[in-house]
Amino acid sequence: MVFGFLLPALILYGVFVLYPITQSIRYSGYDWNGLAPLTDWVGLQNFMDAFADPDFIEAIQHNFIIIGLSLALQIPFAISLAVLLSRKLKGRGLFRTMYFAPFILSEVVTGVVWRQIFRPEGLFDVMLGSVGADSLSREWLADPGIALYSLFFVISWKYFGLHMVLIMAGLQTIPDELEEAASIDGATWWQGFRYVTLPLLGPTIRVSIFLSIIGALQLFDLVWVTTKGGPVNATATMATYLVDWGFRRGQFGYASAVSVIIFVLSLFVALLYQRFVLRRDLEGALTG
Amino acid sequence: MATVTANIPHRARRLDPGRVLLYSIAVAVLLVIVVPLSFSVLGGFRSNAQLAADPVGLPNPWVWTNYQTTLSDPAFYQWVRNSVLIALGTTILVLPAASLAAFVIARYRFRGREVVYALFTLGLLFPVAVAILPLFITLRQTGLLNSALGIALPQAAFGLPLSIVILRPFFRSIPRDLEDAAAIDGCGPLRFYWSVMLPLSRPVLSTIAVLTIVGSWNAFLLPLLVLTKPEQWSLPLGINNISAQYVTDTAAILAYTTVAMIPALIFYFIAQRQIVSGLTAGGVKG
Repeated sequence: MVFGFLLPALILYGVFVLYPITQSIRYSGYDWNGLAPLTDWVGLQNFMDAFADPDFIEAIQHNFIIIGLSLALQIPFAISLAVLLSRKLKGRGLFRTMYFAPFILSEVVTGVVWRQIFRPEGLFDVMLGSVGADSLSREWLADPGIALYSLFFVISWKYFGLHMVLIMAGLQTIPDELEEAASIDGATWWQGFRYVTLPLLGPTIRVSIFLSIIGALQLFDLVWVTTKGGPVNATATMATYLVDWGFRRGQFGYASAVSVIIFVLSLFVALLYQRFVLRRDLEGALTG
Repeated sequence: MATVTANIPHRARRLDPGRVLLYSIAVAVLLVIVVPLSFSVLGGFRSNAQLAADPVGLPNPWVWTNYQTTLSDPAFYQWVRNSVLIALGTTILVLPAASLAAFVIARYRFRGREVVYALFTLGLLFPVAVAILPLFITLRQTGLLNSALGIALPQAAFGLPLSIVILRPFFRSIPRDLEDAAAIDGCGPLRFYWSVMLPLSRPVLSTIAVLTIVGSWNAFLLPLLVLTKPEQWSLPLGINNISAQYVTDTAAILAYTTVAMIPALIFYFIAQRQIVSGLTAGGVKG
């Protein structure tokens, strides 16, 4: 009986998730264009090639730069806004709804609109000019030194609302009495926040960080739509590198090795984080 | 909500510098969200010359041709239809598969239960990208390239982990007594699942449906590689292509993009509660 109930899910999951992942591992040992018979066994050569390619190393670095920026800027920003909106502001429902709205838009829509905004002499430059900051205007998506940071801005624009909503839900589980008690004991607002609220928010923040890391490791859509990884690989990520080599250059074997590397790296980061940071508060918490 | 507002102590309503600052921050962030969106909406009402000269204010005069072109483009409606079909297909596949699996995992003891559950939760970590090359080969071998089913099946499979993770605690929380009573009335597991569990789980099932639809509607990578024929494109693929094809025609791009945004935003305003509750369901277990 049990088996019959599990069967549809297991078949679906097996055929379209587990089997492809094992096939990736298999393909990664071949030099293969995706069409001819799988005969040209090269062992670990694809992996060695990948790690010897400065473009790939750079792509990995970009993923980690996005992780670093998200943790340093995006999450604290989301926490601040969640705390701000948890106060009794008039219209906070509207603010929350609007802050979260970009999350619901597709990456394509987001990317296309921002690409227009970031055009030379586009909206972004015009607005800088209107506050007298013309000199700051740049080739936001075409300057290799800046493009990745422009993309990070767009990523934050789209995703801070998700983290804010998660943290607001976390805040609701903290009884007001705790902060009130702290303030009766003479704590300032900041002390109450720092020593009462923030520690109690710990589990929620850790989940938020986890989602952020996983999201950044998988980053593809927004990059592909706005810059395709360019200019000169300045915004390439592991996933854009994979699609580029697999589908544009037809190197299926090599791209499979890249996908195995992404897989192992994601798993490694996730397990490490789970083991040392999330511990017990993860159970059922990976939503999103 | 209304009662909460009524209970605000009088001092909270007074205008003080702190509140002014809070509102200023809140409004500033609101502008950062709204300005790009309204740029897209209003940009569709401008000519390219107007966009170059003044992309900020209201269009003067209002130009209707961009939106007329979009709304009379049969390809656009075709992409919408394809996207709807794919989203519905994905949802119809994922709901029964996930709920049946979550049902037995939540309520029955069997060997390997924890292993099966762990296997599904592990799937939360795998982006489609990791499996995309073999997936492509599999779809090619089974003739599912350039078909809605070729997108819906893998999407449903990748949607199982999240759905099962949301459903399991819910199914588990339904009292044992209910099942015992049903069993006394001669109601077997399948009947119990169908006549008791599913009706009780309607809210959580609708949450999953909503999240699945949103995910499918916005999906890009899988359709990009699997749907190569324009008549099979989903809406995001169509928009992406428009933006590449009309590189210099910003006004046209913005009109298409704006119209593409509208269904998602309407859906969001209707289903906001499900979306937020679904995403925060496990997130704040703490």
